[in-house]
Amino acid sequence: MTNTLPTDTEVAGMTPAASFLPRSALQTLLDLLLGQGYQVIGPRLDQGAIVYDSLERVEDLPAGWTEEQGPGLYRLQRRDDDALFGYAVGPHSWKRFLFPPQVNLMRSQQTDDGWRMSEVVQPVVRYAFLGVRACDLAAIAVQDRVFLQSGFVDKVYQQRREQALLIAINCTMAAATCFCTSMGSGPRCQQGYDLGLTELPSGFVVEVGSERGAALAANLPLEPLQDEQDQAAERARQRAVDDIGRRLDRDRVQTVLRERLQHPQWDAVAERCLSCANCTLVCPTCFCTSVDDVTNLTDQEVIRERRWDSCFNFDFSHISGGPVRDQTRSRYRQWLTHKLTTWVDQFGTSGCVGCGRCITWCPVGIDLTVEATLICQDQDADAETRS
Amino acid sequence: MSERPKLAVMKFASCDGCQLALLDLEDELLTVARAVQISHFAEASSHLEPGPYDLTLVEGSITTPEDRHRLLKLRADSKYLVTIGACATAGGIQALRNFADHDEFMRAVYARPDYIETLATSTPVAAHVKVDFELRGCPIDKYQLLEVIASLLAGHRPRTSTESVCQACKRRGTVCVVVTQNLPCLGPVTHSGCGAICPAYDRGCYGCFGPTVQPNTRALSDHVLLPRMASDQAALALHGINAYAPEFARGGQRLWQLAGLPKPLHPSLDASLETSLDTSLAASSATEPASS
Ligand code: SF4
Ligand code: SF4
Ligand code: SF4
Ligand code: SF4
Repeated sequence: MTNTLPTDTEVAGMTPAASFLPRSALQTLLDLLLGQGYQVIGPRLDQGAIVYDSLERVEDLPAGWTEEQGPGLYRLQRRDDDALFGYAVGPHSWKRFLFPPQVNLMRSQQTDDGWRMSEVVQPVVRYAFLGVRACDLAAIAVQDRVFLQSGFVDKVYQQRREQALLIAINCTMAAATCFCTSMGSGPRCQQGYDLGLTELPSGFVVEVGSERGAALAANLPLEPLQDEQDQAAERARQRAVDDIGRRLDRDRVQTVLRERLQHPQWDAVAERCLSCANCTLVCPTCFCTSVDDVTNLTDQEVIRERRWDSCFNFDFSHISGGPVRDQTRSRYRQWLTHKLTTWVDQFGTSGCVGCGRCITWCPVGIDLTVEATLICQDQDADAETRS
Repeated sequence: MSERPKLAVMKFASCDGCQLALLDLEDELLTVARAVQISHFAEASSHLEPGPYDLTLVEGSITTPEDRHRLLKLRADSKYLVTIGACATAGGIQALRNFADHDEFMRAVYARPDYIETLATSTPVAAHVKVDFELRGCPIDKYQLLEVIASLLAGHRPRTSTESVCQACKRRGTVCVVVTQNLPCLGPVTHSGCGAICPAYDRGCYGCFGPTVQPNTRALSDHVLLPRMASDQAALALHGINAYAPEFARGGQRLWQLAGLPKPLHPSLDASLETSLDTSLAASSATEPASS
C-alpha cells in the first residue's frame, strides 16, 4: 500500500516562504476551505473548555479566551487581548477525528447460502484542522507510524488522514502542564503541516509546508511579510518557550525506567490511581481498541465493532485464565513504560509528545513527569531524599 | 413456535423502572416477542403462565421472609436467572436500612408497625440464590438488556463492559466536570453502562451502575470527593443507590467514620460482611487520608 502523506524529506526540502494574512482575511481562508468541501474543525468554547469542533465563522473561535491548567485542573480565563488562538491544548485531540472512538468494521449476514461477510463502507470525511499545535503535529506523526508505517495499514485512519488538511498554529504561550521542549516536539511547528500560522494582533504570519498548502496559499489574499512582523512573530513564539517550566529527562527515562520495575513509587502511585483510563483516552498517541462481534436478537446479523479501549481496564489483558495485569500497579507501570520506553523499541519514537493532557485530565492529578522522574532519579539521591 | 425459550419477568422490592426498560424497547419489542415466548410479565399482560422458565429476569431486592421463599422457588423454576438493576444486584436504595435501625424506620413511617412483616435488611438476590448474570443500573439501560437477552439466546457472555463511566465521557466528548467545574463525581469508580449521561448535563456521576472492577474508592474519596464536599456528604454519595454494593458499602462506612458518625451494618449482616467486604475497612479507617 503506498502512502501518499508527505514524508519528512519532502517537507524539509521545501523552503517555507513566509507571508502575512491580515486578521480580516481569516474568514476568506475558512470560506475557501468550506468551498472546497472541507469540514473545518477548530477551537470552540464548549462545556467550560476550549474543545475541537466544527466551525464556519471566525466568530466561532474563542477570541480573548485562554485557560489555566494544572494536575487535575482546567479553568477557562479571559485574556487581556482578543487573540483567537491564545490557549495551549484542551481536552480533545485530533485523534478523535482521525481515529474515531467507535467504528463498525464489518458486517456478517446469514443468507440461504451461509454467512455473507462485507466490510462496512466508511463515510468519506474531509477534515481541515485549524489550530494544530506542534505537540499535536508530533502526535499525528506518531499515529502515522502506528497506523500507516509499521507494516499494518489501518484503513479507517488512512482514509481520514490522507484527506485531512493541517493548518498548524505556533504556540505563543504554554500551559503549566506543557513539556514539549523536553520531548523535542515543540513549541515551534517544524514539519508535517500544510500551512503554519503564527498569530499577531493584526493577523497571521503564514508558512507553507506542503504542496497542498501552497495551492491553498495561492488563493489567499496574502501580503508580503514585513521585517517587524517577522520579528514580532519570533518574539511571540519565544514567549511560549519561556513559559514552559515542566521538564522531563527524556533520554534518562528512556533507558532507566525499564530497569526500575520494582521501584516502590509504583506502589505509591497505584494507591492514588483510579485506573479510570482518562489519561489514555485523552492522550493523542494512545491507540488501543477492543473489537467485538455484536449479534442481533435473531442471530441473523453480526456487526464487528471497534471502540477505544485502555490498558487501565481490568479486562484489557484478559487471556485464558484471567487478566495478566490484575492490579492497578501493573497497569500504571505498563502504561508509563510503554509510553516512555518500549514505544521507542516498537515504533522508533517516544509515545509521549509532552502535551500534558494526561496530567490535566487525570481526576486525581497524577503527573507522569513527576512519577517518571521519581522512579528514574539517581538511587543515591533517592536514598538521601528518603533518609 | 412452542420451542421458543420462555421468558419471565419477576418483581421483588423495587420501583418497576427496570422492567419498564423492556417495554421501553418499543422498536425492538416485537423482535423480542418473536425470539422468546413472554410467559410471565405482569407489567405487560395479565396472562401469566407458571414455570419452568428458560430465562427469568428478576427485579428488586429481598426485604420480606415471603419474598425470600418466593425467590428460592423461582430459582428452582428457572434455567437462567438474571438480575436486572441496582435493587436486585446490590439491594437498592432501600439497603440504606442495612446501616440503620429498621424498627425505628417502621415506627416513624407506619401508624401500626405491627401490621408490617419485613426483614431488617434489604439484600441482593445473589445473597440468597445463584445468579447467572447481574445487569447493573438504576434503572438498567434498555440496550444492555437487549444485549443480555440476545447473548443468552446466542449462547455467549453478554458484552457489557466493566470499564469506568469516564471512558463513556471521553468517547462522547464530554469534558470532565471534576477537572473543569470542580464537581464531585463517582464516575472513575463506577461501572459503565449508562453512556455517561449525568456529566453530559453538568452533574457528577451518582454511581447508579455500582462499583466497577477493583474500584479505588479510597483514592476517589480522598482526592476527588473530600476536597469538594464534607465527609458526611461524601459518605452519602457512596451510600446512595448502591449503598450495599461491597466496595461502596465499605468506602461509605470509612467516610461516615471520618465524619464522626459511624454507621455499622445491621448485626445480621456482619458475618457475611467479613467475607464479602474483605478486611480492608479496618485497615483503611485506621489511617488518615493521604493529603493531596
Ligand atoms: S506542549 Fe508545547 S506545542 Fe503543545 S500546546 Fe504546550 S507549548 Fe504548545
Ligand atoms: S493516572 Fe489518573 S487518569 Fe490515569 S488511570 Fe490513573 S487516575 Fe485515571
Ligand atoms: S502521555 Fe500525556 S503528555 Fe505525553 S502525549 Fe500522552 S497525554 Fe500528552
Ligand atoms: S465527569 Fe466524572 S465520569 Fe466523566 S470523566 Fe470526569 S470523573 Fe469521569
